[in-house]
Amino acid sequence: MGWSEEIFKALQKGGISQVGFVPDAGLSDVISLAQADPQMTATVLTTEQEGIGLACGAWLGGQKAVLLMQSSGVGNCINMLSLVANCRFPFLTIVTMRGEWGEFNPWQVPMSRAVRPALEMMGLHVYRPARPEDLAPAVDAALEMTFCADQAAAILIGQDLIGRKVW
Amino acid sequence: MADNSVGSGVGLDRREVVSTLLVDRQDMLVVSGLGSPTYDLMAAGDHDANFYLWGAMGGTAMVGLGLALAQPERRILVLTGDGEMLMGLGSLATIAAADPANLALVVLDNGIYGETGQQASATGMGCDFVTVARGAGWHQAETLENLDQAAAWRGALAAGSGPWFARIAITSDLPPRAMPARDGVYLKNRFRAHLGLAPN
Repeated sequence: MGWSEEIFKALQKGGISQVGFVPDAGLSDVISLAQADPQMTATVLTTEQEGIGLACGAWLGGQKAVLLMQSSGVGNCINMLSLVANCRFPFLTIVTMRGEWGEFNPWQVPMSRAVRPALEMMGLHVYRPARPEDLAPAVDAALEMTFCADQAAAILIGQDLIGRKVW
Repeated sequence: MADNSVGSGVGLDRREVVSTLLVDRQDMLVVSGLGSPTYDLMAAGDHDANFYLWGAMGGTAMVGLGLALAQPERRILVLTGDGEMLMGLGSLATIAAADPANLALVVLDNGIYGETGQQASATGMGCDFVTVARGAGWHQAETLENLDQAAAWRGALAAGSGPWFARIAITSDLPPRAMPARDGVYLKNRFRAHLGLAPN
């Protein structure tokens, strides 16, 4: 089983029923698995910040959601994270990183460098698994932190783990 | 007396039309956007099934979508203004694509940023929400011209299948603020308790 399937199974086991996403190549298999699962609703977003409203609305209605995005999208989310902070909504996002490992596109670099401090400034716990086999346990642990301990958390997935985007 | 020179100044009284939309609300769940729509919702009567936003501008419609997907048996009404809707125009495409049958979205449109000095918004300068919504994929999108139309539109929500978009031209008057609780955790847990859900 590959890491995408392992992440998806952890999300399933954690009771995630809504998946908001702006696509990233690194998350395409997780997105496909969510779209194929009749127990999940996958919602394609025009901008990442929409996924925060979506997740908070889901929780108001008794469902658990996750936001899947690329590192560049974190910058689109900052003020919307005040919804999470102010209402103490449980919130989980999985972020695939560009701009830091074998990157060829300089436009990916500035936001990439700001991802962790920006998320931490808005109150999220940030996890950065070191090995592919650490990904599913990190999702499992973050699900506990978010939906049981009422926290907000991000899991960052580097291309050093999952392979560089091939151009 | 508010200055009507920037917005069209022509339209309905916001408090009257919001009250009309909420008469005999039954099991409707309502989410309101920051500023005046939240005050309008409060003025129509506080309710455990109201979730008021005081910030996160641009996000109210998406909170409504997440809620609509989670509660498919309930009707969800989103109440926002032109300023916030313009900040989240992309969400019109997102919601149309998601196609929630139980979501109604109302934009109170005075064509101005009413609370910050009455500067003209893009709708005050030609942007037409109904055209935008239709272009984004909404099949049911219309302007409600008067209280009778608003009442009929609201009545049709109960039996029909959405999503529904309505733009309502309102005057630029700023009625006295009716302020609900501002504590987000309280509002969240009160809303969840109304649905029989534990705080976490």
